[in-house]
Amino acid sequence: MRAITKIKRLAAVLLTMVLGFGLVACTDAAASSSGKNGSFRTVDEIKQNGTINIGVFSDKNPFGYVDENGKYQGYDVYFAERIGKDLGVKVNFVSTEAANRIEYLQTGKVDIILANFTVTKERQEEVDFALPYMNVALGVVSRNDKVITSLDNWNKNDSMIVISGTTAETYLIENYPDIPLQKFDSYATAKEAFENGTSVAWANDNTEVIAFSLQNPGYTVGIPSLGSSDTIAPAVTKGNTTLADWINGEIEGLEAEQFFHADYDATLTATYGSEYKESLVVEGGKVK
Amino acid sequence: MLDLGIDVLFKGTNFLRLLGGLWVAMRISLISIALSIPLGLLTGVLMTSKSKIIRFIFRVYLEMIRIMPQLVLLFLVYFGTTRALGWNLSGEMASIIVFVLWGTAEMGDLVRGSLISVPKHQYESSEALGMTKGQTYLYIILPQTVRRLLPLSINLITRMIKTTSLVLMIGVVEMLKVAQQIIEANRMTSQNAAFGVFLVVFILYFLVCWPFSRLAGFLEKKWQG
Repeated sequence: MRAITKIKRLAAVLLTMVLGFGLVACTDAAASSSGKNGSFRTVDEIKQNGTINIGVFSDKNPFGYVDENGKYQGYDVYFAERIGKDLGVKVNFVSTEAANRIEYLQTGKVDIILANFTVTKERQEEVDFALPYMNVALGVVSRNDKVITSLDNWNKNDSMIVISGTTAETYLIENYPDIPLQKFDSYATAKEAFENGTSVAWANDNTEVIAFSLQNPGYTVGIPSLGSSDTIAPAVTKGNTTLADWINGEIEGLEAEQFFHADYDATLTATYGSEYKESLVVEGGKVK
Repeated sequence: MLDLGIDVLFKGTNFLRLLGGLWVAMRISLISIALSIPLGLLTGVLMTSKSKIIRFIFRVYLEMIRIMPQLVLLFLVYFGTTRALGWNLSGEMASIIVFVLWGTAEMGDLVRGSLISVPKHQYESSEALGMTKGQTYLYIILPQTVRRLLPLSINLITRMIKTTSLVLMIGVVEMLKVAQQIIEANRMTSQNAAFGVFLVVFILYFLVCWPFSRLAGFLEKKWQG
């Protein structure tokens, strides 16, 4: 009986030691990198540290993606790099997902989110948005031989394609409950179905449908802007006013050189052409 | 010919980045496995303890880990420790902590199962031969346990390797995330790239997991003889 009790005691002690050591090691690592303010870092703290953490998408071409050489690129990234340059700090890009953007800000693991973040009332309660730098709305694409320019007087035999869980789906269910919807889980399956002619139209973010019509001849975006138009803006941790104010000043200051037009030219023209520049770009934080 | 779009992997440093992602996944899983096995053995022994309190504590630990999806655990450790304790763990460190907690719990339960499956007469015979409890465990029980344990733990190990695909949710760029990045970056020019890239990802996961099942098969055969 004695020996086994000893083994158990030894095991318990070892386990405690390992776990304890793990905890100590972690706290040490934390002490060196976390800000004094706890949940967020002020502009001065970021400048002092020399690196700003910016959360961007790494797989949303052409807004935030990684090119074949492992470098971050895109409309959001172009602006992020300018922020780093004007703050005089290095930019550390953090790959975020749509589902964890708010969490990243609330825990101060990134200073700014620049990940195609649409401004909504719900989100405004969780984070602070700076001035917008892009417009976003819904769009509807249809075939050239039967271009749909209005959703009124919809023929009930025709159906509309949407991707499940998108704002297009919610908007149509709320505002046009009579339109029969064909729902798909992914972009690829929706595209396949639309090309095979199962539906007369496809509703999605206008950037998506515009890109589709430009890549696929024979299709036209008859409704480029549907419903309420939203904006996309940088977001910071709730209460981080120094950083939000700094970004607002930056966006207003960049109007003189038409920075976001240049950003569009450099990153979005290849996908959307220059036709949609004025409707997508928001310059100086002023929505027209 | 069927266009799988594999050519996107040969643009720039794409393939190297994919292998780099595989290395990140392997680093997380191998470190976690290396820590989970000894910790799991200890936990397993403690789970068969005669003390009700110790058994209860480990039962609660095991059930908590088992009930919660790994994704929730990752969020809890990565974001939760920052909120509650102000720690700023790196994504990789948080992943290793979660995988070790998970691996230890599951491994411990496997060890417990194997230990109680050793017939009682094995203990009694060793005692009759004048062995101490320590000797009994070391020479009689553990060798039999390990044999029973092997297929089960290989299953756990390969699961741990494959579950690293979840850590992209806490900002760790591993193989699957790199694959998504490559597919999306080429979405306009090569629309079938998803098939080709995921096929390669499948092959890479297979190449990594296969040696483990081979090793298990080899050891099982060796110990049979």
